[in-house]
Amino acid sequence: MRSMLREGFLELDVNGEHRKVVARPADTLLHVLRERLGLTGAKPSCKNGDCGACTVLVDGWPIKSCLMLAVEAEGHLITTVEGLKNTPIQKSFVDNFAFQCGYCTSGFLMNCHALAQIHPQASYATMREWLQSNLCRCTSYEEITQAMENVLLKT
Amino acid sequence: MNTVGIGISIPKKESNDKVTGRAKYNTDHIRPELLHAWMVTSIYAHARIKSIDLAKAYKITGVRAIVTGDSCPILCGPAIEDWSPLARGKVRYFGEPIAVVVGDSEAIAKEAAGLVQVEYEPLPVVNSPAQAFQADSPKVHEDLAIYEIVQAGTIFPQPGTNILQHVKVKKGDLQKGWQESEVVVEASYSLPQANHIAMEPRNARAEIKPDGQVIIDSSTQGPFNIQKFISKYFKLDNSKVTVRAPLVGGGFGGKTTVHVEFIAYLASRAVGGRPVKLVESREQDMTSSPCMLGLQASIKLGAAKDGTLKAGEFTLITDVGAYCDSGSEMARGMAADCSGPYRLDNLHCDAYSVYTNHTFVTAFRSFSRLSSTFALERTMDKLAFALGMDPLELRKKNALRPGDTSPTMVRLNKNNFGNLEACLEKLKTLINWDEGVRVELGNGKVRAKGAACLWKTSSSSPNAHSSAIIIINDDGTLNLSVGAVEIGPGSKTCLAQILAEKLRMDVNKIHVIMEVDTSASPHHWKTVASMTNYMVGNAVLEAARDFIRQLKTIGGIVLKCPAEMLEVGSGRVYLREDPEIFVDIKEIGSGYQYPEGNAIGGQIIGRGNFIMPHLLPMDPSTGRGRLGPAWAVGAQAVEVEFNQRDFSYKIVRAATVMDAGKVLNPKGARGVVMGGMSMGLGYGSREAAKYSTGGQRENPQLRTYHLLRLGENPQYLVEFVETPDINGPYGMRGIAEHGIIGIPAALANALSAAAQADLDCPPLTPQAIWQACKGAGK
Ligand code: FES
Ligand code: FES
Repeated sequence: MRSMLREGFLELDVNGEHRKVVARPADTLLHVLRERLGLTGAKPSCKNGDCGACTVLVDGWPIKSCLMLAVEAEGHLITTVEGLKNTPIQKSFVDNFAFQCGYCTSGFLMNCHALAQIHPQASYATMREWLQSNLCRCTSYEEITQAMENVLLKT
Repeated sequence: MNTVGIGISIPKKESNDKVTGRAKYNTDHIRPELLHAWMVTSIYAHARIKSIDLAKAYKITGVRAIVTGDSCPILCGPAIEDWSPLARGKVRYFGEPIAVVVGDSEAIAKEAAGLVQVEYEPLPVVNSPAQAFQADSPKVHEDLAIYEIVQAGTIFPQPGTNILQHVKVKKGDLQKGWQESEVVVEASYSLPQANHIAMEPRNARAEIKPDGQVIIDSSTQGPFNIQKFISKYFKLDNSKVTVRAPLVGGGFGGKTTVHVEFIAYLASRAVGGRPVKLVESREQDMTSSPCMLGLQASIKLGAAKDGTLKAGEFTLITDVGAYCDSGSEMARGMAADCSGPYRLDNLHCDAYSVYTNHTFVTAFRSFSRLSSTFALERTMDKLAFALGMDPLELRKKNALRPGDTSPTMVRLNKNNFGNLEACLEKLKTLINWDEGVRVELGNGKVRAKGAACLWKTSSSSPNAHSSAIIIINDDGTLNLSVGAVEIGPGSKTCLAQILAEKLRMDVNKIHVIMEVDTSASPHHWKTVASMTNYMVGNAVLEAARDFIRQLKTIGGIVLKCPAEMLEVGSGRVYLREDPEIFVDIKEIGSGYQYPEGNAIGGQIIGRGNFIMPHLLPMDPSTGRGRLGPAWAVGAQAVEVEFNQRDFSYKIVRAATVMDAGKVLNPKGARGVVMGGMSMGLGYGSREAAKYSTGGQRENPQLRTYHLLRLGENPQYLVEFVETPDINGPYGMRGIAEHGIIGIPAALANALSAAAQADLDCPPLTPQAIWQACKGAGK
């Protein structure tokens, strides 16, 4: 049983690498990824589960890393935006001007990438349901929708 | 020739960094030596601070310092000095910073902040602009009379009241105007404060080096502004303050002022200058840092039977919250543009800023012109209804034209105004206006359209200036350095496009330096007011001319001819009459070496600057003057599908036609306009800062303060008219903010037509519409 207060070692699988980190039991996954591993792609914005800027993948599913404790992530495969390498969604975001300031982009990319993997033929309704968990203040969402639709397989 | 310059949709220069998580924002700098700060903020909207007890907080291991207002007895502000970075004596709004705790980690600082014991004596609150105006209302500032005015002649406070600013604009003969009016309409509006919600919350780091050099790293739109104010208020030489701004995660005006930077500086000073990082929580970003102003407006318009506007009276009362910041300036801007882009020869406008016990305000996309535009454009629709005239027709009939004058008597021409009629004409087709403003679909559903026009000039300081530097690399590519911050719209990419066009050179061979560092970058006023491409663009053009001149001088020596015979393009200096006789710029950019081995010249550095010409402060009694160089104009429309049974609605389409002068990057421009429209729809339909009867903020979270989400966006229709402004680079006009301006009004006009009720107080939630209909007996 881990002490509730003391820092201790955690072992995380992040972007295909096995990493050992020191963390407090109360630290969120977002905090540990950024502050301990230097993976600053996942962004803090509301830290309350409302905006999706901190989205990462846990075993392939999008999770808001501000709502997950780092200790809970042990034994799972974590992917952050730094782990996306030349994926179609990244290119599609660039081609479709799907970001301006880019602060929401990592979170959107993770969510979109997972959707393309899990539901490659997702309907508009499914896409909408998935992507509603992320906020963007700069764009109109039209560009993000287009970027997503361009990587989903046409049915 | 592979020339790529303006008019082409090249993706933003920093695109690859932004899709790989490599783009570094200010919060992304993580270093073990950083200390962390957390603010203690007020839980009352108005209260005397009786005592602050730090004993318990200091007991937490890892707390390095706690700073309260008493250790920093200064008053500051850009227009009037009414604000202390940490409250002293009393708090004037919910969320106001009272103290800042510095600790080894954010968790430690936050825990200790929770243990700082503040004893308050609550005071009665001023909870609305109307209340602020009442003679017997509590006073937010008892010391208004003794506050220092920074820019005399631009702000007119009335000591003994809550009135901080009163701007008057008078034009023509109002008496005569009313006599000529055959139809008169009058209405009042109330618009709430709202939040910027840049996705990156406001944050800053500060450190003081052993030699006294202050380094501030900030998520800011105005690094040079921070340098100016930190040096001014902490009595440092300007060059003793260095401010750095990396990529910024959204601004929308909210990052133009200096706020958390002061507090971060105080925090660092308290720990011997060690670097301290202060990041606001989302809740603090929404309550402690400045938000968007609220507005109470009354407008009376008179017209002849044929629709010609004859007279207008405007009373605009802005709720600037507890401190002035740029609130007084926004009131001036609204007054200067009060008529909208319509010819109104007889008008009076009284614009006020009043203090309330709400969060203080700062610039918001369009310098809050969306609020005054809402009131005006709703009144235009009411006038059209009273006249029995088509709303779009009424607007077209009164559209300002070259030769007319603005409310502050600036004579308009094609360059400083553009072509509003062409925008209206295009909009009409784009949104199928002629199919009818209101169509019953059966089933209790109605489709309705509403329109609004927009115009805005910037409120720039009359001496606002920008510069640019071009440096050549050994491989013949260029580095472009400017003082504008990249906050999202892709200005740096557009500036590279302007340079590429001027040098007729592939834009991919131009590198832009993303980070701004006040000790190394050329100056730029602030990245605001849609003025970046205009001001910095002109500086870039000047630098390009300087660069070309130097290339030709050395090219002439190499090609053995006078410089006048040469041209520059595609990375070469060549003979105008025979481009095959040339020298590559990379051969001469860092000095030219003769075949014999000796060399001449040296690295070529192009430099250019730009200062805003011909700006004139407004006359205090008539308003005559010129705030900005030019307006950008446009026309917008929104179409809704309204359910008469439950008052819900869907925003089906939203359209904008803007006179952009020249579109520099089509996809980029469309994106920026749509982004503005999206924000406008959010404000019109759901966003509002809600205060309790005690003035406490009730919805300071994204869970309770709703933004538009994906799938709620309508179909966007965006088109441009291109009437060049000869003073703008390649004819461009500043349009980065403008997409938002007319949208809340157009939405309200559409919904008012649909519900057949006057919807004059956003946000227009189904509940608000239901209440308005009930009030109207429907
Ligand atoms: S930061 Fe995690 S959802 Fe907003
Ligand atoms: S691009 Fe700025 S928040 Fe989405």
